[in-house]
Amino acid sequence: MFQVRIHGRGGQGVVTAAEMLSIAAFIEGRHAQAFPSFGSERTGAPVVAFCRIDEAEIRVREPIAEPDALIVQDPTLLHQVDVFSGLRPDGYILINSARSFDELGLGELLERFRRERLLMVPATDLAREHLGRPIPNAVLVGGFAALSGLISLESVAAAIRQKFPGKLGDGNAAAAAAAFELVQREAKEVTHA
Amino acid sequence: MLEQKEGSHAVADAVALCRPEVICAYPISPQTHIVEALSDKVRTGELTPCEYVSVESEFAAMSVAIGASATGARAYTATASQGLLFMCEALYNASGLGLPIVMTLANRAIGSPINIWNDHSDSMSQRDSGWIQLYAETNQEALDLHIQAYRLAEELSLPVMVCMDGFILTHAYERVDVPAQEQVDAFLPPYEPRQVLDPSEPVTIGAMVGPEAFFEVRYLMHAKQMQALDHVPQIAADFKEAFGRDSGGLIRSYRADDAETVIVGLGSVLGTIEEVVDELRDQGVKIGVVGITCFRPYPLDEVREALGHAQRVVVLEKAFAVGVGGIVGQNVRLALSGLPPTVYDVVAGLGGRPITKRSLRAMLADALEDRLGRQTFLDLDLEIVERELRRLQQKRRSGPHAENMIRDIGIVAARSH
Repeated sequence: MFQVRIHGRGGQGVVTAAEMLSIAAFIEGRHAQAFPSFGSERTGAPVVAFCRIDEAEIRVREPIAEPDALIVQDPTLLHQVDVFSGLRPDGYILINSARSFDELGLGELLERFRRERLLMVPATDLAREHLGRPIPNAVLVGGFAALSGLISLESVAAAIRQKFPGKLGDGNAAAAAAAFELVQREAKEVTHA
Repeated sequence: MLEQKEGSHAVADAVALCRPEVICAYPISPQTHIVEALSDKVRTGELTPCEYVSVESEFAAMSVAIGASATGARAYTATASQGLLFMCEALYNASGLGLPIVMTLANRAIGSPINIWNDHSDSMSQRDSGWIQLYAETNQEALDLHIQAYRLAEELSLPVMVCMDGFILTHAYERVDVPAQEQVDAFLPPYEPRQVLDPSEPVTIGAMVGPEAFFEVRYLMHAKQMQALDHVPQIAADFKEAFGRDSGGLIRSYRADDAETVIVGLGSVLGTIEEVVDELRDQGVKIGVVGITCFRPYPLDEVREALGHAQRVVVLEKAFAVGVGGIVGQNVRLALSGLPPTVYDVVAGLGGRPITKRSLRAMLADALEDRLGRQTFLDLDLEIVERELRRLQQKRRSGPHAENMIRDIGIVAARSH
């Protein structure tokens, strides 16, 4: 079982990101369970959503305390919430930022976790570019597909279009594809560095 | 067709497939997505003929359902928590009149203090209201139980409450198999009311009944609920034949046949318990689970049969009777009277506190050594409670409980994290 925890703020589509990830896994024939942290979400408040992916039926219903991967939709949360809590030593981290780990004061993470599994992607910028709106959720799901290799970009695009039919879906899918490519390139650079 | 969707939407699909003619609801978290989806289906004409009545309260929602059902319409509503309490008086009318209304209850805690998260305090508070109560373990089962519920309700002319854990199921995206309309039509015949308000054949429904017959009319409700003990497994068997899935029934056993320790639970927590049971089985512990799907009527004989051979039974429940203790626990003891198993009550998950595998493992380790108290409140921070009790002793105007205790937890959290 692969477990993903997504941190963001109310209004950034955190819950929808987990749902899209689950749909993408479903499209690939896997079992997936996405659920929110059940808060009374308000715009701007810290929000957590979860997604489990497995080959077999998923029975467990507890929140994910020890994720295999983290997606952080808003880097300002890093100073407010212990987003790295419980992350497995071989875990993946994808953070929405145009800056580097060092610039964000996260240099020590590079020591604790596997370097090639820690990446930044400027998801809000990509969303602005392709959608005209600063909603980074679908973009990050695209980036996560590249980082983890868990799901294909095609499945992500199909999941996005299922959630957002029409132009909104096209824009989000394009932004997700851009993030996918960017993350793939970055991952290669890190591996060869 | 297999679909990845939210539990609320899966239930809305199931309800629509049952062709309700009147839907009346007042939105309340975590039920809202169900009735929103249904109102969309009515508005777009996907569900037709059907009248969607937006009411001003839950009391009105149940009253409209009663009126609709009495005039021969298949009626549906849904609620949660305070909404269920607000319709309470009408609940008893629906069951007393014998009207086959189906209602989804998106299980949520009851205030005060106000809390929107999941537990079973709401449905358990109405366990004796005369409604049949079915509890879903998964979103697939929630979907399936609604289809079964209409058949059950209409065969017996009794209302059925389908309970599904709020947020944990209603807001979870997972795989569900949504049946085709023809399959549901073949399983669920059109509603033929046993009593109907019809101007061409006028009758009254709901007459005043004095001491000469009240007892008998009330007893009839009990007699019909007891008949449901035969209907529920039969409908589940028919459902399996038609749809190829195990859903519903009275109780469900998992690795419990040779178990010395059996955990009893209701609803979505069963999956997490099963995971822990599998771990313990791998370690050679003879342990199993019995899920109670149909809590009202209470399947006393089946529970007795499923648990009687065990050494100990751990009843894990998301509600409790203040001043007594476990509610399901009392019912399990009733089924086991005169039989050897020790029954432990474990109250867990109130107001949305997560029930984790870690806590279940620790609790079961105590149970296996018979170190568990007769009554356990899983992950309860007793120190916070005791602090407030001390405050009550020390000072007359000790202030509001919830606010005091939240402040204490804030201090504790700042210190320990």
